[in-house]
Amino acid sequence: MNTQGTVFKYGDNVDTDVIIPARYLNTSNAAELAAHCMEDIDDEFVKKVKPGDIMVAGWNFGCGSSREHAPLVIKTCGTGCVIAKSFARIFYRNAINIGLPILECPQACDAIEAGDSVEVDFDSGEIRDLTIGRVFRSEPFPPFIQRIIKAGGLLNSIKEVSGE
Amino acid sequence: MGMTMTQKILAKHAGLDSVKPGQLINARLDIVLGNDITTPVAINEFKKSGFTRVFDRDRIAIVLDHFVPNKDIKAAQQSKECRDFAGCHGVSHFYDVGKMGIEHALLPEQGVVTAGDCIIGADSHTCTYGALGAFSTGVGSTDMAAGMATGMAWFKVPPAIRFELKGSLPKDCSGKDLILYIIGKIGVDGALYKSMEFTGEGVKSLSMDSRLTVCNMAIEAGAKNGIFPVDDITLEYMKGRCEREPVIFEADPDAEYEKSYEIDLSSLVPTVSCPHLPENTRPAHELGDIKIDQVVIGSCTNGRMEDMETAYRILNGKRVKDGVRCIIIPATMEIMKECADRGYISAFIEAGAVVSTPTCGPCLGGYMGILAKGERCIATTNRNFVGRMGHVESEVYLASPATAAASALTGYITRYSCGE
Repeated sequence: MNTQGTVFKYGDNVDTDVIIPARYLNTSNAAELAAHCMEDIDDEFVKKVKPGDIMVAGWNFGCGSSREHAPLVIKTCGTGCVIAKSFARIFYRNAINIGLPILECPQACDAIEAGDSVEVDFDSGEIRDLTIGRVFRSEPFPPFIQRIIKAGGLLNSIKEVSGE
Repeated sequence: MGMTMTQKILAKHAGLDSVKPGQLINARLDIVLGNDITTPVAINEFKKSGFTRVFDRDRIAIVLDHFVPNKDIKAAQQSKECRDFAGCHGVSHFYDVGKMGIEHALLPEQGVVTAGDCIIGADSHTCTYGALGAFSTGVGSTDMAAGMATGMAWFKVPPAIRFELKGSLPKDCSGKDLILYIIGKIGVDGALYKSMEFTGEGVKSLSMDSRLTVCNMAIEAGAKNGIFPVDDITLEYMKGRCEREPVIFEADPDAEYEKSYEIDLSSLVPTVSCPHLPENTRPAHELGDIKIDQVVIGSCTNGRMEDMETAYRILNGKRVKDGVRCIIIPATMEIMKECADRGYISAFIEAGAVVSTPTCGPCLGGYMGILAKGERCIATTNRNFVGRMGHVESEVYLASPATAAASALTGYITRYSCGE
């Protein structure tokens, strides 16, 4: 499994209120919500993002509210994966649970620039920046979490275990 | 190796003798919580996955609190989905308008959560219940759906940071000043994935309401949970209130902590967190002239009775500064009624404030106090991110009820002085 696309770059502490402002949370319709993804810090994002594109950010990505709408809108916009120096814990859980690929790799986040063309191989954890010609390796997920991802999310993995 | 309080509760709920930081476990849940924003997403996931029954109708709490009484048609639809689901599955802890309150004030007040519990809630401030000596953490809607179906959740056992409290708070400080001070010190990811465990002889000087405020904002330091030991104050609070018997856990004497901080409570000063991150803290008296347009006293952080008492003490017989909108939101119907019985509501209205039915409304920029471009608010809420309370160019300063009420009278961010 892999993704390839153009990089959108953000800083530290990108919170769930800027990923999807609460004023839009009177619906749980993913497509409707996705039209507002990142608009408070980057109103160009939804206009420019193409399937497979990659978000790169700093420390503590997704801090704040527990709203699952945040990873959901990023995924619904077509984003192939998010690479950050670290993730806030609820966002991390939610991304895994809904099947939005995320990778932690501080070196990659320092080196990769906005607009770079990047390819990510989820099985090996390899991140290749084709623009600058550098390769980075992220830590693989523990097997328990890989099982959730492979099953296509938490609820599917629970059903596999219970044999339903 | 000894275990922390959090590790002991998790071990018990996973059916294990001991657990270690980093270990992945499946734990039994005592309560699974959701609100009117997160529950509809959980219901979709629950149904989509083909689940037809909840694991225990008495262990699920659904509280309509973010956008109720409904702010618009879409919000009304979301509330209705929650109502229909709760009715269909006979969810016993379903709180609708008239019974509802802000979830994290309501569940402890109604005795739905208790010491020793393992709780998940599809709301980040679910960490509040650590004040009762429970393990409690925020999750997303899919975790809520899985929790409702199975009564279980997966956790990575967290390492802990210990906050050793000494002395007692000065009269002009409360739990809010303590937690803002701590977040300022360790940063918004200072406790990422970790437990914040509060211990020491200073704990006994903190009221239950202050402890709830402190644990409420543990997430603002990135923590998985915050937790207080159970003492006489906790037992007194829970007596006759909790529907299930409290179970008391204590940290082992040789429990391991990644870090320890010693905090002398008597050295704290009223603290304000400046835009746009909770870690941007400054002593209130060092801020200079910062003019405000709005004051909000309420939320899951500071809408409890002690907070209303503070607001009353400062606003009673005074006038809110012309040009300032002061919005006071008691967090539950019981608190609202108590405010009415004690004459607080009349005093707030005479002072020029408005009093609203319980709602999360303005805290997350939902409704009931949205800021225009360039406006500034001092609020007892928990987040001051870009655009949190309205326009992307508005500003939120976080503070205690005392600082917020004192600022309402002057129109500038003002340190409350007990001597005044």
